Amino acid sequence: MLKGKAWKFGDDISTDHIAPGRYFHLRSNLPELAKHVLEDADTEFASNMSPGDFVVGGRNFGLGSSREHAPTIIELAGVSAVLAKSFARIFFRNSINVGLPVLICDTDKIGAGDELEVDLEAGIIKDITNGVELEFTPLPPTMITILNDGGLLSHIQKHGDFNLG
Amino acid sequence: MGKTLAEKILGAHAGNDVSAGEIAIASVDICIAQDGTGPLAIRQLEKLGIEKLANPDRVVFFLDHSAPSSRKELSNDHMFIRQFAKKMGARVSEVGKGICHVVINEKYVNPGEVMIGADSHTCTGGALASFATGMGSTDVGIGMAFGKTWFRVPETFKIYVTGEFKTGVFPKDLILHLIGLIGADGATYKALEFCGPTIEAMDMSGRFTLSNMAVEAGAKVGLIASDETTHQFLDDMGRGDKWKPLEADSDASYERVIEIDVSTLVPTVSYPHTVDNTHSIDEAVGINIDQVFLGTCTNSRIEDWEIFAKMVKGKKLAPDTRFVAVPGSEDVLKEAMVRGYYQTLVEFGAVMVAPGCGPCVGIHAGVPGDGEVCLTTQNRNFQGRMGNPNASIYLASPATAAATAIEGAITDPRKYVKELKSIGKDQVIDTEALKAVAHSAQKTVERVTADTVAKVTPKAKEASEKIEKLAKKAAAEYGPKAFKAAKEFEKTISKLASDASKAIKEAIRSRSKPKAAPSTKKSASKTAKKTVKKAAKKTVKKAGKAVKTVKKKTAKTKPSSRK
Repeated sequence: MLKGKAWKFGDDISTDHIAPGRYFHLRSNLPELAKHVLEDADTEFASNMSPGDFVVGGRNFGLGSSREHAPTIIELAGVSAVLAKSFARIFFRNSINVGLPVLICDTDKIGAGDELEVDLEAGIIKDITNGVELEFTPLPPTMITILNDGGLLSHIQKHGDFNLG
Repeated sequence: MGKTLAEKILGAHAGNDVSAGEIAIASVDICIAQDGTGPLAIRQLEKLGIEKLANPDRVVFFLDHSAPSSRKELSNDHMFIRQFAKKMGARVSEVGKGICHVVINEKYVNPGEVMIGADSHTCTGGALASFATGMGSTDVGIGMAFGKTWFRVPETFKIYVTGEFKTGVFPKDLILHLIGLIGADGATYKALEFCGPTIEAMDMSGRFTLSNMAVEAGAKVGLIASDETTHQFLDDMGRGDKWKPLEADSDASYERVIEIDVSTLVPTVSYPHTVDNTHSIDEAVGINIDQVFLGTCTNSRIEDWEIFAKMVKGKKLAPDTRFVAVPGSEDVLKEAMVRGYYQTLVEFGAVMVAPGCGPCVGIHAGVPGDGEVCLTTQNRNFQGRMGNPNASIYLASPATAAATAIEGAITDPRKYVKELKSIGKDQVIDTEALKAVAHSAQKTVERVTADTVAKVTPKAKEASEKIEKLAKKAAAEYGPKAFKAAKEFEKTISKLASDASKAIKEAIRSRSKPKAAPSTKKSASKTAKKTVKKAAKKTVKKAGKAVKTVKKKTAKTKPSSRK
């Protein structure tokens, strides 16, 4: 069971918001880059979030560049999952590859700062603050396999090849 | 049921028939990464203990995002990439060689291939009927090592395009319009297939612009059938043997069909901070612009430079506006110099940056200041994209960018009708080469006639006839301007022939005088014969070379499909 506070963001949060290009030189220094995570969407986020918190976006979260650094630093910052109404394709796949749960649900029902509980197995998100219970769209089986193995690298380490059934 | 292009290509690489929605493990032909994503891909491979890449010859690392490097950290990343590539036998496209998505299409990717790239605009390769798609570093790294990856076979949106572009409206306007229509997530997880008479008539440069921006609608790939235009492009790039025709089956199944008649389109501008925030030029006119940028994988090819150069030739950049120009590749840069576009842009007031991504990725070479406004030919205008979250970015075609640079505020390019009309009609003739040949022919004839004899005449005639023939051939094949140039050339040659004949007569007259001894006369005749033969041969060879140059130039600048 994942527990934490909701940090709300709007629609179309791009990888430029998450991992700004001006920190390009920090891409080989991920802990340092993670200090700037989501900086261009919310300057307070990186310094004020607590490990376990959730990033809650709107539509088309993670659009733009293929930089895997974006989900990587969200995960490194200690975010337990990203919730959004929809995700951009490459960000979605990258998130699974780096072991970051990405959940599609109606995020309008979640308020900024709400306490959330997420049961990945049951597919349920509970907003403790307002008492709302949400279901999230199940991941495709291929992605569940990769996520359960801890990401693509671990998947390959474990099986020596793709083992996606 | 027939197959879409995506199903055909992925099926061929999975080794079995595949349909939309299925998961396929498919072989990959080409893997690319750039200086921002390559180091992470390499580190992942190191974690896996990979010692060998599946197909190192078709793994290319591009040093283009920070090129030349703007910081020591990035210089170290470049070194890290070079070392790894050397160890593995992979390729490196060095600093200054150009943008991955421009160079990969110029030099590597072919119809029917699968290409994965750790850069979202890898989809540009779809214009060559390649299943080319962007992925993260780990996915691409594993593709490099194993030569395969997994795909969810995408459903396809058929984008059926008809009509002729009105003057001042370009493929960039079409793709911005489409994204505005369906939204920045309108095609998430889908393949786009651009087809219809307008696409069939479109040059490769326009097709690349369309495929490049498929990802801005959320799509996985932006495919275009491989046809004769594709063939010609590959021929020009020196790999015509890699061409094969490839198109979707006529009974393929599409999730959605979107029809667009381009004759109804107007120049289009994307407003900050999303690509789908599109407006017609009428609404945008007058917005003050601090910096104009011509470049990026969307619009940095020679055709884009031509548009910009034709628009601004002889004019001056607006006084309070900066203009940054970045050619997409070294080849584009060289061609822009040959055709004079580079000089035109410098005289106009451009700041020239080495081939690469330039200011698009927000690292260097034109980061805007707080509150500043940019108009660029790139594909993204997200907040912070160009390195400053407090700046605004508008997206438009090279023609709109040029008109805007002239006036310092967003301007309707259709205001410059005369300039627009000259675009795409440029039959670039190497008149200098023709003149050089004519000059050399004249010199040869002069030298020869100085001590010639009667036997010279047929040889000189033969040489000039051969030259005439070549020039006529060039004229017949390569358009009205080439014809004009060839006519002039013919005129020069016939004048030379007539001069030569006069000179020969004169020489004969003077030599007929009984002063010269018969032996001297004989020797002079022999020498002259030899000289003429050699000179004629040389002249014909040079003329042939000039004609080839004309052929090459004109082939590259066939009249555009844009009317």
